Amino acid sequence: MRKAGVFFRPAGRSGEAGLAFIRVAVAFAMAGMALLFLMVVAFALPVFVQGGGGGPFSWSWAPGRGEFGILPMVAGSLLAGGLAVVPGWIMGLCLCCWLMAPPCVARPGLWRTLVGALVRVMTAVPTVVYGFAAVFLLSPFIRLSLGGSGFSCLTAVIMLSVLILPTVVLVLQAGLGPRLEAVAMSGAAMGLSRMELLWNVVLPVSRGTLLSAAVLGFGRAVGDTMLPLMLAGNAPVMPESLLSSMRTLTAHMALVTSNEVGGAAYDSLFMAGLLLLLINGCVSLVIRRMGGRS
Amino acid sequence: MNRIFSALALVVLSASLAVAAPLDTFKGQKGTLDIAGGTAHIPVMKKAAEAIMSANPDIRITVAGGGSGVGVQKVGEGLVQIGNTGRALKESEVTKYGLETFPFAIDGVAVAVNPSNKVTALTKAQVKDIFAGRITNWKELGGKDASISLYVREDGSGTRETFEERALDKGTSVQSANVVNSNGAMKTAIAQDPNAIGYVGIGHLDSSICGVTVDGMVPSQENAANGTYTITRLLYMNTKGKPQGLTALFIDYIYSADGKGFIASSGYIPLDKK
Repeated sequence: MRKAGVFFRPAGRSGEAGLAFIRVAVAFAMAGMALLFLMVVAFALPVFVQGGGGGPFSWSWAPGRGEFGILPMVAGSLLAGGLAVVPGWIMGLCLCCWLMAPPCVARPGLWRTLVGALVRVMTAVPTVVYGFAAVFLLSPFIRLSLGGSGFSCLTAVIMLSVLILPTVVLVLQAGLGPRLEAVAMSGAAMGLSRMELLWNVVLPVSRGTLLSAAVLGFGRAVGDTMLPLMLAGNAPVMPESLLSSMRTLTAHMALVTSNEVGGAAYDSLFMAGLLLLLINGCVSLVIRRMGGRS
Repeated sequence: MNRIFSALALVVLSASLAVAAPLDTFKGQKGTLDIAGGTAHIPVMKKAAEAIMSANPDIRITVAGGGSGVGVQKVGEGLVQIGNTGRALKESEVTKYGLETFPFAIDGVAVAVNPSNKVTALTKAQVKDIFAGRITNWKELGGKDASISLYVREDGSGTRETFEERALDKGTSVQSANVVNSNGAMKTAIAQDPNAIGYVGIGHLDSSICGVTVDGMVPSQENAANGTYTITRLLYMNTKGKPQGLTALFIDYIYSADGKGFIASSGYIPLDKK
């Protein structure tokens, strides 16, 4: 608070103006969030109340027959997010350990510098670029080597895990870095390498960081639209296997909004949006509690 | 002074260049025009609306979907000025609401496979069986032994509507089919996947995919226009009574050279005003 006050010195040494400014900004941000939730809930509520056979909480999406079930898409989103976060998180953790524990700290080496820079660049690559590359490279590969049409749950999950990799790495680096530096001196005095320190000392006490990297990764994977839309096949059914086509909530919203304006199909999208918000909200709450306990 | 002069000259020059454009009829007009109905019409309506609104900011045009039924109902009840349908009006609708109809484009849909596929001729019954999931291997159609990858368009797509109505005789396609969200994405998918079958608007057929003959009908713009290819439908604009003012201008604009351009770039074949 006092720091912000420095910029508003003309208004008073105690920084009331800065404080007011911060309060207004916070109020705006909170009002925006509240409004977003209210809007989505308000639009979703009628669909929720009306219920019935063809309502959103059923397993069949067939607007022609008056069935607007979005449960297959909910399952698709959870599946895609859950499956993508496992390889993404493991790869991210390994990459992060490798980046943070060079044999000689003063000279990280060309490879580590390059890979570290690449990871930061990856955060800025739009997902449509990944999707486009995967349509021409990954999906033919999967079709030829594993069968199916190449547009499948697996294709989307692989690309999603690549997508969340930099997020995971950056969160881990930010969380583990200071802890590693704090014990680096004493560790070195005991003859432990940085990798040994990281693995045996830092990681066991960093459950919160490890979990929040997973949550952010999961959130990113569930929230992404372009990759599932381009790669997962989008059949509005539960996938029978990793190689079959499926649809996520985000892709579903993109597909329906491209044609519908109003009507039951359109209204059911607000329920889809609400569910997306709830999924991410719940996971982050649960993990926060778990992280807090460690 | 000189600068002002040249700026003025530029304005005069550009104004004189614009004289011939069909958009000129909207000069001095103002007001709103609401359009609703068939989803296949939306790209054409939107392009026309954007062109008109950027030429004349005093005009506001809204374009909504909803489907042919909604189009008829809304225009009949006076909620919108133009109600679009992807089918001819029924006798009952014309008498009940007193609607005037304006067909402006032909929407043809071609069944397409990968160019490497040997199966290039199908019967309508086979097409129905493939999309219903009853035929699942190309072997059954005289092709190689490989399972068929089905690609369909998203619900509410005009191309899907036409295809299901005219090729599947109002049948639906199997739920487990892959869904793509544009003619371009459909072309990419079919061009990439040697076992693919799907459908695109006839205007989007090119060498990257192979149009399949259905019951011997060759999919092409000419055949769709002369009626020998029947997986087509007309796209209509409908008004309550004779169109007037802005509504009449808009309809004429759709039939103008500009409008025909929008129709063609949306993948349809333009029609002349009767």
